[in-house]
Amino acid sequence: MAKLLAKKYQNNNDSCTQDPELSKRKRPSSKQVAYGVAGTALWYIIYKQLETFSHYLTYELFNISRGSHLGEAIQFFIYDTPKVLMLLTIIVFVVGIIRTFFTPERTRKILAGKRESVGNVLAAFLGIVTPFCSCSAVPLFMGFVTVGVPLGVTLSFLIAAPMVNEIALVLLYGLLGWKVALLYLVTGLLVAIIGGWVIGRLGMENHIEGWVREIRASADDVPEDNLSWDDRIARGREAVKDIVGKVWIYVIAGIGVGAGIHGYVPEGFMAAIMGKEAWWSVPAAVLVGIPMYSNAAGIVPIIHALLEKGAALGTVLAFMMSVIALSLPEMVILRKVLKPRLIGTFVGVVGGGILLVGYLFNVLI
Amino acid sequence: MLIKIMGPGCPNCQKVADLLKSTIEENKIDAKIEKVTDFQEMAMAGVLSTPAVVIDGTIKCVGKVPSKDEIISWLK
Repeated sequence: MAKLLAKKYQNNNDSCTQDPELSKRKRPSSKQVAYGVAGTALWYIIYKQLETFSHYLTYELFNISRGSHLGEAIQFFIYDTPKVLMLLTIIVFVVGIIRTFFTPERTRKILAGKRESVGNVLAAFLGIVTPFCSCSAVPLFMGFVTVGVPLGVTLSFLIAAPMVNEIALVLLYGLLGWKVALLYLVTGLLVAIIGGWVIGRLGMENHIEGWVREIRASADDVPEDNLSWDDRIARGREAVKDIVGKVWIYVIAGIGVGAGIHGYVPEGFMAAIMGKEAWWSVPAAVLVGIPMYSNAAGIVPIIHALLEKGAALGTVLAFMMSVIALSLPEMVILRKVLKPRLIGTFVGVVGGGILLVGYLFNVLI
Repeated sequence: MLIKIMGPGCPNCQKVADLLKSTIEENKIDAKIEKVTDFQEMAMAGVLSTPAVVIDGTIKCVGKVPSKDEIISWLK
């Protein structure tokens, strides 16, 4: 019966409407490619000038003396704000286009036939590129489980999707360099893969609310993907408008706080409470991070400043992962489909993974 | 015509609802709007990301706020 019901809804397309004439074109036109190349070149030229420009503005035009607290703070702010916003814009645009190839429906189809382990790995990677918003966590969870995606694999996806995303990676790259961004990417994926796998091993399927388990849907009616490149580019542009329009204020606020810390807080100030020697700082960072709810855009500029003043990298990364991946509001939403014990296990396993990441980096680096 | 807006009630769902309402009024289309916040019904319909618009049983749009032009094209 449920299957029939699910079939009744014909999913004609994952996206919204499209013009059938335009849809025939599967490759970007040469004009689109030319604009893309020219735009990227222009972007790069401006991007390269930002540092020089910030020095000129602060020390020449505003005539603030080099090395002063005020000068340091202002130069930091003038350099970092456009830099991060420019990076954010281009990456969100590109990822917005990439995401038109990976809809949740298609991801579900890919995962539906997969065993665990392979499935966990795949789910974590798909979590990066599949569009996801935490208000969709429940329908998505149900959509996955009801077509037979194993619980652990579904959770791998739900851990990776909010935690490892382009915004976090761009900001880490822009403010802390590619090594930290890569470390975050790799360890974030590992936490998602292993965390999901462990929960899958625990066999907690009966801790999903009963009514969810009764639904059996089919993942067969995957929509034909016939978006044109015009549509895809429009989607990228919408993503920029939507995401950058939403997070720019966090970025500026975060960089503002960061600039203040950069200029005024003494070197090594954070070392005592968030440094390597304070063993308890990692669990404390994870615990403090759970009730905090922020997106990557707000948190990265702050951790940047903390790091600069002597906080240990592992502690700071653990804090960031905890804030993004373990959030109280999402638990409340997930409670509708998961029984408390499964939620508790979820927090325990993911929190444990984050803890390990934190200690690992504090020991290694 | 029965238009269902599916979503738990986040700001985007509200945006879609307002947009649909105003579009229907402007174009004087005879349609009933219904909000679906029940996750079970969403899952049955095959909706994986919200907000979603379902018109007479056909999923028109998921996971984004549609444009006005898009809405008009569904209502024809």
